[in-house]
Amino acid sequence: MNGLAILIPIALSLGLAGLAAFMWSMADGQFDDLDGSSMRILIDAEDENSIH
Amino acid sequence: MNAPISHSKLTSHSEFVVPGMRCAGCIAKIEDGLAQAPGVRKARVNFSTRRVAVDHEPTIDIADLRAALADLGFNAEPAGLTGDLADRTESRRLLKALAVAGFASMNVMLLSVSVWSGADGATRQMFHWLSAMIAIPTVAYAGRPFFQSAWSALRKGRTNMDVPISIGVGLATLMSLYETVINGPHAYFDGAVSLLFFLLAGRVLDQLMRDRARDGAAVLLRQTAPGGMIRQPGGSTLWMPARAIAAGMDLIVSVGERFAADGRITDGNSRVDRSLVTGESALEPVASGSLVLAGTMNVEAPVTVSVTAAGPDTAIAGMARLMEAAGQGRSRYVRIADRAARLYAPAVHTLALASFIGWMIAGVGWHQALLIATAVLIITCPCALGLAVPVAQVVAAGSLMRRGILIKDGSALERLAEADTACFDKTGTLTLGRPAPDGALPLTDADKPVALALAQASRHPISAAVARVLESEGIRPATMSDMRETAGQGMEGYVDGRRARLGRPGWIDSALDADPRPGAAFAIDGQPAVMLSFADPLRPDAEAALARLTGMGMSLEALSGDRADPVAAIAHALHIPARAALTPADKVTAIEELQHKGHHVLMVGDGLNDGPALAAGHVSMAPASASDVGQTAADMVFLGDSLLPVPIAVAASRRTLRVVRQNFLLAIGYNVLAVPLALMGMVTPLVAAIAMSTSSILVVANALRLRSCAR
Repeated sequence: MNGLAILIPIALSLGLAGLAAFMWSMADGQFDDLDGSSMRILIDAEDENSIH
Repeated sequence: MNAPISHSKLTSHSEFVVPGMRCAGCIAKIEDGLAQAPGVRKARVNFSTRRVAVDHEPTIDIADLRAALADLGFNAEPAGLTGDLADRTESRRLLKALAVAGFASMNVMLLSVSVWSGADGATRQMFHWLSAMIAIPTVAYAGRPFFQSAWSALRKGRTNMDVPISIGVGLATLMSLYETVINGPHAYFDGAVSLLFFLLAGRVLDQLMRDRARDGAAVLLRQTAPGGMIRQPGGSTLWMPARAIAAGMDLIVSVGERFAADGRITDGNSRVDRSLVTGESALEPVASGSLVLAGTMNVEAPVTVSVTAAGPDTAIAGMARLMEAAGQGRSRYVRIADRAARLYAPAVHTLALASFIGWMIAGVGWHQALLIATAVLIITCPCALGLAVPVAQVVAAGSLMRRGILIKDGSALERLAEADTACFDKTGTLTLGRPAPDGALPLTDADKPVALALAQASRHPISAAVARVLESEGIRPATMSDMRETAGQGMEGYVDGRRARLGRPGWIDSALDADPRPGAAFAIDGQPAVMLSFADPLRPDAEAALARLTGMGMSLEALSGDRADPVAAIAHALHIPARAALTPADKVTAIEELQHKGHHVLMVGDGLNDGPALAAGHVSMAPASASDVGQTAADMVFLGDSLLPVPIAVAASRRTLRVVRQNFLLAIGYNVLAVPLALMGMVTPLVAAIAMSTSSILVVANALRLRSCAR
């Protein structure tokens, strides 16, 4: 019982952290251009423009 | 991309569609090149949608940005900001709901498994409360797409798949909450939440396919020019909006501008990009007296046009009206999942209600009766049905995409599977739509480099074709001097002091003018002139493709706007019946006649004149070489010179329909087994969870068999 009191909050907060990370990455537009992202790695001159 | 418009109020935002970007180099070139253009703050390429989003100072406008992109070597079309924004928001909303439901179902399942494996007393109580705290907000958030859709259907007095889903999920949540409060043994939180998860997965797949097709085509019906410069009686000019332009006015069109009205050129020589209308990307030369159409683009030199038709009277506006009218029939099409739901939803509701009433009569009390009715609703909830159609269609669409066939939405696959008659346009559909030599070119090895040098210097379609053929033979162009083009006639130049000419047959030698075949003539001083004839050949495997369609039980017909003779020749070569000299409206009538007889017509066409017919057909396909109008009107677009994608798509759509039907059978079979258990009150949350997951996995696994359906 005592173990549960620690383990369940840990399990839930880890899951919530994953969910929050997904929500953030989607709001950040990381899923908007999946084809482009795989291409951008080939661009040599990384300047400000192509980082974000 | 979604950075707030922050730094100052003086930033404007524009978006362009750039179909020509192909590689990482293009991304870098566009972004870096635009960033250096005056007035541009930031440029960001989205490669998946072939779009560029530009933040710029308001002092520069769309025309300046287009010019900057043209300098970089890219053709760009301004894109509307609002159009597909709604779609993008919708897929985001569904994805977020899916993520929340996924998180919740995993955690609730974790808690439920410990309850099923024997936790009781205070532990079970605590786990139920925890589940409730996760599940209730999840249902409220992730269930919204279903609740909204169900509510809007109910308000119109109809029912759809979302009605039993909403009732089932809502009732299960409320009953479980009640169970938790009274410290009962059975809570269905896991059932409610994982149901939402599976169903949302189906919804997301469906939406994903729609998005992908939209990005893939990336061509919209480009708008005709908003207006143009009109010459005033005094000699001055005035910009007028398109709706104010009337026949008889003089329209001055500068380079790079689209014609705002139909008309006849009165002054100037130029070339016109007619790809909007014909799909032909080669530029067409125009001179005084030539007809030009609204929506085509003036590319080479400024011209003056005497307007013959403007606004709603232009050819393109008339075509848009025809397409709109013809497309109305298709909007009445009911998708297969909705047709299933019309039968399924009432049956499920009756069953649940009957079990509630039955157990009440049996005297188990309202609590037990309601619990059993809830179990019936959860078991019958169309989980597998919701996945059955979208998974099969997404897998099939992926397979077709690898074969170069792009599908706009899932309903196109369903409609294609029903097609039993196929109508083909001739030019550009059965034929390649571009000139190719009629037999081997009658040139000596010594002449070929000279002919290539002349052909490369001109942009006429026939010249381009000559150059293409010679280049493919590995010929290198000769060095020539004093090259000169006579507009509308041909090229000439000197090689080793002898004059060589390539051009219109009558210009080279009047004796060749009598040759009825289209083509060009070639001559070097001191040698007799030779005729290079060209024809618009059939697509290489047209005959095999049509034979395969016939073998699949489809009846075929060619509908062409061309003259009777060439159409008859093609029809004879391909062994299909044909109708010639049809106007766009005649094509629509022909298709509607067939549909009235109960046929489902697949229309394959490419040009502007096929637009209405493509919209009228039960389903339609266009080659990727088609005009924008054709690509917009068609349900599917296929790449390449081959016509085989048509039978491949038909075969794949029929396989898909077969798998969808099997999936329905699987889902119904599962219900036949599980519903009696639920009616008898033997379905505990554990049984419900196992049954639901098994049926979903079965359906998905069956759909995956379609991975190689395009063959």
